[in-house]
Amino acid sequence: MLLAFAVLLVFQCLGEGLVFLFGLPVPGPVAGMLLLLAALVAFPRLHDTVEAGANELLRHLSLLFVPAGVGIIVAAASGSGHWLAICAAVVGSTLLTLAVTALVLRALTPAHRPGEGGDV
Amino acid sequence: MFKFEELGHFWVYLSASPLLGLTITLCAYVFAQWVYARCGFSPLANPVAIAIALVSLVLAASGMSYQRYFAGAQFVHFLLGPATVALAVPLARQMPRLRRSLFPLACALLSGCVTAIVSAVGIAVLMGASPELARSLGPKSATTPIAMAVSEHLGGVPALTAVLVIGTGIFGAVTARFLMNALRIDSHAARGLALGVASHGIGTARAFQVSPEMGAYAGLGMGINGVLTALLAPWLVPLLLRWMGQ
Repeated sequence: MLLAFAVLLVFQCLGEGLVFLFGLPVPGPVAGMLLLLAALVAFPRLHDTVEAGANELLRHLSLLFVPAGVGIIVAAASGSGHWLAICAAVVGSTLLTLAVTALVLRALTPAHRPGEGGDV
Repeated sequence: MFKFEELGHFWVYLSASPLLGLTITLCAYVFAQWVYARCGFSPLANPVAIAIALVSLVLAASGMSYQRYFAGAQFVHFLLGPATVALAVPLARQMPRLRRSLFPLACALLSGCVTAIVSAVGIAVLMGASPELARSLGPKSATTPIAMAVSEHLGGVPALTAVLVIGTGIFGAVTARFLMNALRIDSHAARGLALGVASHGIGTARAFQVSPEMGAYAGLGMGINGVLTALLAPWLVPLLLRWMGQ
């Protein structure tokens, strides 16, 4: 558990360092995620080290959004006008994005291959 | 001996230390999880939304400032970084399947990303929003740090973008199941990817509550959509605004 957490932090540091050095337009943790993915593919044995700890952290992913979310609610209380346009854009765009992403993936994925369970 | 007159002092003492903010956050989340379970894990009882509302109520009722609350809550907030890195683990587990469907995934990701940006800006402009507001809306489906950076680059209001990002995350996590059922999309891959692309980390958290496989695809959607938004939005949004006469 502790070792897994150390590995995650090391990769976050690597990601932050890479973003800083090359001025990349992505956050450090996202770069760290891609680096860890590459490392896991290159060294499958790393899986056993990080898996349990990583899954424990991801099980409580919801909790981690609470502090930032509260700050945003506090800030939104002093919001501006145009709420109808904002709500329409968020609602309409989110539904469209969900539908388009899922429909394109389904349209291009061959239906159940023999010998495979499918993912229903 | 217990001294009742000390109770007020005790609250002042407690709220001056990080302990209280951390305690409020964890208690609100545990309660939200309980409500979520009691509602049969319905997406309508989104635990992130319930916990945020509860903490906001406690802060408003007690007069505690957000800065003071965050002094404790920052320990939880900090874990978002390592948790993002941890998304690589379920993703690596799905690697053989990802490789096999690389082309469909790439097409779905790209069309989802473009839809998110174009529809947000388009609807806002059609509804009479200012160009500044439309620019703040463009990156709303990307994860918060990317969205805020893109918004700033575009000439939007990063703080407003942060509000819109959280709103988008919660709305997507709450409605995805109903929309997917209506569209008869039952594969965990398609549902997960859509959740990650449309509503970033909060959608991903929801996907992990359903299954690790859906979570892995959501994590993939969120990660790649963030990178794509950072690359595409800076030229797509100005182009769209010019085309719409703004």
